[in-house]
Amino acid sequence: MKTSISLALCTALMLVSAGASAQEINGADTAWILTSTALVLFMTIPGLSLFYAGLVRSKNVLSVLMQCFALTCLMSLVWFAVGYTIAFGSDGVEQGMWIGDFGNMFFANIGMDSVNGTIPATLFAIFQMTFAIITPALIVGGFAERMRFSAMLLFSTLWMVLVYAPVCHWVWGGGWLGAMGLQDFAGGTVVHITAAVAALVAALMIGPRRGFGTVAMPPHNLTLTVAGAGMLWVGWFGFNAGSAVAADGSAAMAMLVTHLSASAGALAWMAMEWLRHGKPSMLGTVTGMVAGLGTITPASGSVEPAAAVLIGLTAGVVCYFATGYLKNKLRVDDSLDVFPVHGVGGILGTLLAGIFCSTQLGIFSGNGFSDGISSIGGQLMVQATGVVSTLVYTAVVTFILLKLVGALVGLRVDGDEETQGLDLVLHDERGYDL
Amino acid sequence: MKMITAVIKPFKLDDVRDALNQIGISGMTVEEVKGYGRQKGHTELYRGAEYVVEFQPKVRLQLAISDDRVDAAIEAICKAANTGKIGDGKIFVSALEQSIRIRTGETGDDAL
Repeated sequence: MKTSISLALCTALMLVSAGASAQEINGADTAWILTSTALVLFMTIPGLSLFYAGLVRSKNVLSVLMQCFALTCLMSLVWFAVGYTIAFGSDGVEQGMWIGDFGNMFFANIGMDSVNGTIPATLFAIFQMTFAIITPALIVGGFAERMRFSAMLLFSTLWMVLVYAPVCHWVWGGGWLGAMGLQDFAGGTVVHITAAVAALVAALMIGPRRGFGTVAMPPHNLTLTVAGAGMLWVGWFGFNAGSAVAADGSAAMAMLVTHLSASAGALAWMAMEWLRHGKPSMLGTVTGMVAGLGTITPASGSVEPAAAVLIGLTAGVVCYFATGYLKNKLRVDDSLDVFPVHGVGGILGTLLAGIFCSTQLGIFSGNGFSDGISSIGGQLMVQATGVVSTLVYTAVVTFILLKLVGALVGLRVDGDEETQGLDLVLHDERGYDL
Repeated sequence: MKMITAVIKPFKLDDVRDALNQIGISGMTVEEVKGYGRQKGHTELYRGAEYVVEFQPKVRLQLAISDDRVDAAIEAICKAANTGKIGDGKIFVSALEQSIRIRTGETGDDAL
């Protein structure tokens, strides 16, 4: 009797220690994700901020920088309060299909010694926080130069809680899309499609800028834009290669395919302009780079180099045409082209991941289908389900939130204020005193 | 005394200054301006959005010179600023009533 009890105790202890070793922190993984976290934050401030700031008119340069900076701060606190737990729930709790459990509000169960996989739970929480920061910041491009600052803050807070966090749960937090086998390594659906659809809905609901289509609205400082673009490229290494949440072959492959796709995308867009307009432009080249990066994002854990080049080239060409079509044919003032670049890119990349993950494509082969899926058709169905559900859910909720915020505080500054510029009207300061 | 005002292509400024220097005219005032005549504007393209920029960048220079040097100055400017293409600019000559060198108080041709 005694022996059997001590045997049982021994077994129990061994089980506990086995469990503990599975939850051990890996130094290399931790170091890389610490670095990635800094890189992804760097994408928003100052990368995306400068990229956007250069594209607006000089009277609105601060308003855009301000929106990105304030969102960085506000989304961090919202993520801390409720965003994280809706997306990822808490450790040891069975996760639901739609949202995470609320056990980690205010990071309640995350301490210095908590572990998530092979890295500290605190690190996973802040790494994911940087994704939650850049996603609403991307939306800024859709309503730039005309939205009220207060409305923007309120909208973004609600959007984080009701759109980003739930979709993040669906794909990465143990929700239904992840369970279905959706391959979205770094956020084609979670980040790019959600942000771009929200930007498009916002652009449509808020309406075009005064004089859109008749008054010239050229970017006021492409030097800032190109500097920001370079920072985005570098930061994207943290975004995609960090999404391996490990310092391993998958992370390195993600970095490689990310870089190749960015290069191919930039050259493809440049070539399109050269062919169709006679001259290659700097803005076109960096926009093609962003298209290449956004498109490879969901596929960066699924594909290998040859397919990455193909994906980048496709991104540069398709996003180029999408931008012209939305602006000149549909006359939609998605002011900084968020949807045609990030949305079209995100959709394209999520679908292409379903094709090029196949191991049967010769040099274009990837890392295989998700568990339980045995054909390109099967994987593509899952990818399409992810795209459509994210798109429809984001569009509907964004629409409702903008209606609500519009009724509460008003979405748009009045006409004269818009003409005067948001920097002076909303912030009492000027970007330049030359 | 005459005031010569010339509007020229910006990249021709150094050539014009050298040409004027060679005939002994070594003072002038220069400013960057925008405008258009027959040349009209150019188009700029930003991600598919095409804008016609009507005003062209130009350089305007002004020189105050004595009557006997006017023809030489005009010839020097015309020669140096000519590219043969539309948009080379114009020269305007106007009468100048008085000039005063601030430091010494000299007036007229002595002040030029």
